[in-house]
Amino acid sequence: MSDADFEKIKRLQQERNAATAGKKGSKTFDAANQRTDTSTKASLTDTFDTTLYDKNGDDKFSGYSTSIAVNDDDDDDMEDADAGSRRLVGQYTATKDQMNEFARGATQEDDILMTREKQAQIASRESDYQKQRYDRRVLTPTRADPFAANRQAGVQEDGATYSEIMRLRDLEREEERVMKAIAEREANGEDVVMEHEATLKIKDTSDKENGESGATVDAASTRARKRRWDTSGDDAPAIAEPTEAQAKKPKSRWDETPVPGGAVQKARSRWDMAPSLSGATPVGSNTMATPIHPSQMMAFGTDVSARNAALSDEELDLMLPSEGYKILDPPPGYEPLRAPARHIMGTPAATSSLAGGFMMQEPANASMMAKQLPTEIPGVGDLQFFKSEDMQYFNKLVDGQDENSMSVEELKERKIMRLLLKVKNGTPPMRKTALRQLTDNARQFGAGPLFEQILPLLMEKSLEDQERHLLVKVIDRVLYKLDDLVRPYTHKILVVIEPLLIDQDYYARVEGREIISNLSKAAGLAHMISTMRPDIDHVDEYVRNTTARAFAVVASALGIPALLPFLRAVCRSKKSWQARHTGVKIVQQIPILMGCAVLPHLQGLVECIGENLNDEQAKVRTVTSLAIAALAEAANPYGIESFDNILNPLWTGARKQRGKGLAGFLKAVGYIIPLMDEEYANYYTTQIMEILLREFSSPDEEMKKVVLKVISQCASTEGVTAAYLKENVLADFFKSFWVRRMAMDKRNYRQVVDTTVEIGQKVGASEIIERIVVNLKDESETYRKMTVETVDKILSGLGAADIDERLEERLVDGMLNAFQDQSMEEDIMLNGFGTLVTALGTRTKPYLPQIVSTILYRLNNKAPTVRQQAADLISRIALVMKQCDEEQLIQKLGTVLYEYLGEEYPEVLGSILGALRAIVTVVGINQMNPPIKDLLPRLTPILRNRHEKVQENTIDLVGRIADRGPESVNAREWMRICFELLDMLKAHKKGIRRAANNTFGFIAKAIGPQDVLATLLNNLRVQERQSRVCTAVAIGIVAETCAPFTVLPALMNEYRVPELNVQNGVLKSLSFLFEYIGEMAKDYVYAVTPLLEDALIDRDQVHRQTAASVVKHVALGVVGLGCEDAMLHLLNLLYPNLFETSPHVIDRIIEAIDAVRMAVGMGVVMNYVWAGLFHPARKVRQPYWRLYNDAYVHAADAMIPYYPNMDDESLVRHDLYITI
Amino acid sequence: MADKLRAQQQLEQLQARYIGTGHADTSKFEWTSNIARDSYSSYVGHPPMLQYMAVGLGEPREAVRASMIEKMIQPVGKPPEVTD
Repeated sequence: MSDADFEKIKRLQQERNAATAGKKGSKTFDAANQRTDTSTKASLTDTFDTTLYDKNGDDKFSGYSTSIAVNDDDDDDMEDADAGSRRLVGQYTATKDQMNEFARGATQEDDILMTREKQAQIASRESDYQKQRYDRRVLTPTRADPFAANRQAGVQEDGATYSEIMRLRDLEREEERVMKAIAEREANGEDVVMEHEATLKIKDTSDKENGESGATVDAASTRARKRRWDTSGDDAPAIAEPTEAQAKKPKSRWDETPVPGGAVQKARSRWDMAPSLSGATPVGSNTMATPIHPSQMMAFGTDVSARNAALSDEELDLMLPSEGYKILDPPPGYEPLRAPARHIMGTPAATSSLAGGFMMQEPANASMMAKQLPTEIPGVGDLQFFKSEDMQYFNKLVDGQDENSMSVEELKERKIMRLLLKVKNGTPPMRKTALRQLTDNARQFGAGPLFEQILPLLMEKSLEDQERHLLVKVIDRVLYKLDDLVRPYTHKILVVIEPLLIDQDYYARVEGREIISNLSKAAGLAHMISTMRPDIDHVDEYVRNTTARAFAVVASALGIPALLPFLRAVCRSKKSWQARHTGVKIVQQIPILMGCAVLPHLQGLVECIGENLNDEQAKVRTVTSLAIAALAEAANPYGIESFDNILNPLWTGARKQRGKGLAGFLKAVGYIIPLMDEEYANYYTTQIMEILLREFSSPDEEMKKVVLKVISQCASTEGVTAAYLKENVLADFFKSFWVRRMAMDKRNYRQVVDTTVEIGQKVGASEIIERIVVNLKDESETYRKMTVETVDKILSGLGAADIDERLEERLVDGMLNAFQDQSMEEDIMLNGFGTLVTALGTRTKPYLPQIVSTILYRLNNKAPTVRQQAADLISRIALVMKQCDEEQLIQKLGTVLYEYLGEEYPEVLGSILGALRAIVTVVGINQMNPPIKDLLPRLTPILRNRHEKVQENTIDLVGRIADRGPESVNAREWMRICFELLDMLKAHKKGIRRAANNTFGFIAKAIGPQDVLATLLNNLRVQERQSRVCTAVAIGIVAETCAPFTVLPALMNEYRVPELNVQNGVLKSLSFLFEYIGEMAKDYVYAVTPLLEDALIDRDQVHRQTAASVVKHVALGVVGLGCEDAMLHLLNLLYPNLFETSPHVIDRIIEAIDAVRMAVGMGVVMNYVWAGLFHPARKVRQPYWRLYNDAYVHAADAMIPYYPNMDDESLVRHDLYITI
Repeated sequence: MADKLRAQQQLEQLQARYIGTGHADTSKFEWTSNIARDSYSSYVGHPPMLQYMAVGLGEPREAVRASMIEKMIQPVGKPPEVTD
């Protein structure tokens, strides 16, 4: 490739990359809901032309306080919720929820611009929140194992201790705080360089557990007396000290005392105010008149980032002479910076914390691409694939160094690498052996070398599902073997595995849970707590969230009681609200994970979080209410007594809260009410109803959903009466929720329908339908659909008994109207109409002419879906038409449908056939119009149609006719149908094949077996296996319906054909035949025995196999019917086949022997078995023991009398010789 | 290979469920012990049989039952010495 070509391709690639980056969503931080916009739509509020107005260059929100201080970072518990429930500006666009509906979750649409490779990668599917996992450092220092068996007091050890980690966390918190303060200052235009008084004072802390016995290394430590669990070991006052720096900390303006001097600063945090101009301009010195746009901050040519970028290995090779130089390994622990460019730009630290982890695209390094990827790795063999990203992990395998000169450690490393590569990229058999080797040698390899290679692989961005699954599997297996050796790596593993717990994929979540639960069993509770404790009040919400989930898994693995004391302490932490928040969240996750298994510990869990309902932090209160909701949901319908103590705070709290907090409280209330007994439920519902009614008019989507849910929960409890609902709720409910707007959003739609149906169960069908029947004529189609669905559900649950005549008229009229006015044919309308007609029953009679004329009109429609729906509707209402004695109309419909049999759309044709079938079923074969003798010949060509739906409906119709009225058609037509049916035996759907086989039986019964049998026997010669098998089944069915003696002679005659396929087919038919005829077999045993004799001594093993299955069915048929002699004879022929090795053959043989055992009795067959149980040759012993085991499992008790007599005196069973 | 492994696993499962089942390496001692235990449990489990034996032995039924249950411990003597 020439350089020019190369440049061109490179340029094109860059353009494409830029294009996809532009399409991938605006990634702006939206202050209104506090999350980045992940929608693929262009934001309405954002600059669209990103080439002119670069928005990634700097943070245009610096200078704003990005959140109201009480809610520092957003809570993800109610992911759909808007954080600010009230907007000051009218909402003119669709809600964020609606716009993002297809952007994530199950409904997510694939981005067609992404390459397929990219789509397969896990990272490309993750939300920004999930991507935060890459921000966590995998290689957190290895932890010390304080619980190790041979640990001496105070001995220095490798790995960070608990107190070191805790100090680190404090440092991080402090760093975060200082960064915030600096950013704020910067935004205020103040001088950035200033002195901060350190809030952390370095003090040595000694090891608590082991310090007392005298440290062997360093005894000069001042011992701090105060040891609360939630301090890091440093004295708490040092942190609490109000210092100069802390005073600058952004504070909530809610709790601030008004100070005149502080006014300027206060204005900063007004999120709802237009920003002052100077503050809004991102960066730039105040001396310049025009503020510099961030994209211009680097003047042309001054951008040194390209020059300062690290040189690639290839470039270095070109520059440096190859001799006299040696490439050194980087020192241990060295980690190259991930994204150096970001640091050079000097982006304010605030950006990264806002944007939720801006992802630097992995640079597609040209010099890297040019290098050919190896096709085969030495010592590994052929792999399924090898990606360029794999190279950085597995390059050691291809460096071609001499393995003889390596140390054991290096060899071990390479060995692990090779095995991992085989597991990750190898073919399934390779994977299997490699996985087993890794598992078996796990303890020899050691935890360190193993995890140091596995964990970075799991953090690779281009990882795909399959690879992740395999690697996780490796961890799982290895964990099991390593047991407590895993302790120092617990945190590293957690960092990698925790993100799996919030994966969209269910199976990934399950895998993550399994790993963490195995990990906690291996490491033990104490170690898990000490490992995860520092993350509980981590500065990063993401870390806290995943930690909470992991803790819940630990609780389910090691038992809730073990964790309860710790949880109690965390939930009451005085030091940080984050800790309390995480603690409550753990409690919330436990019931979600364990379901009703929380019941025994419900009291403890509720007590644990009860006080947090009155927490000073709104977020903690909210999460507490959600946790209570989760507990109550899991405990349903038990456990109300555990909630007794929190009922009062909950209900009074619900009165005090507003907005999101209230939504949480209401949710909890909604889940607790169903647990109560009648009286209390009634009382508490009336208490809460006032608030619910008030919130009916709330504009907040989340609140609406919660209110609807609570209403439906209240309505379904015993204590709430229909009268109460009618009097207090219904009017308001319909006024606020039965509005067109609610039908627009899919989730609201669902919730409204469910709640209405739930209320309907209490107040009765007519009460509800009376109110919504007008909507059937509404102009909005979705609204009509919502009404139809509600009517459908209510009528199918409650019937139409209490619907009076007037309402009935309006209902049918409305339903017809809705049915006719649909623009998209959907099942909802069809079901609704069907249910209505069925519910009304004979009351439908007056409306039938109108309904039928609608159907006829629509059957004539140009659009195929309309015709299909009309035909489907006929099959739904045929029964009711019959009940109403509208034979005339049915006949008419039948005639019309008959005329439409020339339909070209298979889906429609299938529905028409279905409708005809329904009509035939209700009117009977003889009254059918058109007469069957006209109908059936029209069906014969349709049998050739390959469409599944058509096949299914025709075969059903034809089978029904063959069953009920075969005489109406002559035998020749039936034979023609038989030939067509043979093709059906090849159908993919089992139902069709089965129906075809049954139809053979019906036809054979109608016209006698001879002709049908001849057709079938001929079909045994065809090539296709499936067809032969089905023919064999059909022969069996024919034999069953027409008595075996009509079939057996011809069949056995066919066995004389010297063709393997035919003979096998005959044997197979015999097998099905004997299976179907059961006890009738006793009359035919002696007839078929010579044939079986011949088959059992055939050379071909498939022959013997099939013969064995015939023997099995014969033997099972004649149990206890006196054919023991024949069976014993067959057993003698079967027995030598015991040494077959092919799995299918030996399985059939053993089954046959077992069946003969049933027929001739345990004692006789066991006499054959005793001979080989202790045979000198293992090859003999093995199958004999298999027989013995089968017999033992089946009837050990029956074996007792038949055990052989032993020579040894101690083995004689004297008890058996007792006689009276 | 895979089939062999599966067969092995199935056998282990079977063995875990039914202790009396055996395999190609079952020793005479194990097998005869199982036979003896199964026999005793069968006698005890069929009351008419137990009654019959009790009458035959001229002992109370409960005594016969107790002695049979007792005899299930090492029914064919001590296990053979393990020789490597």
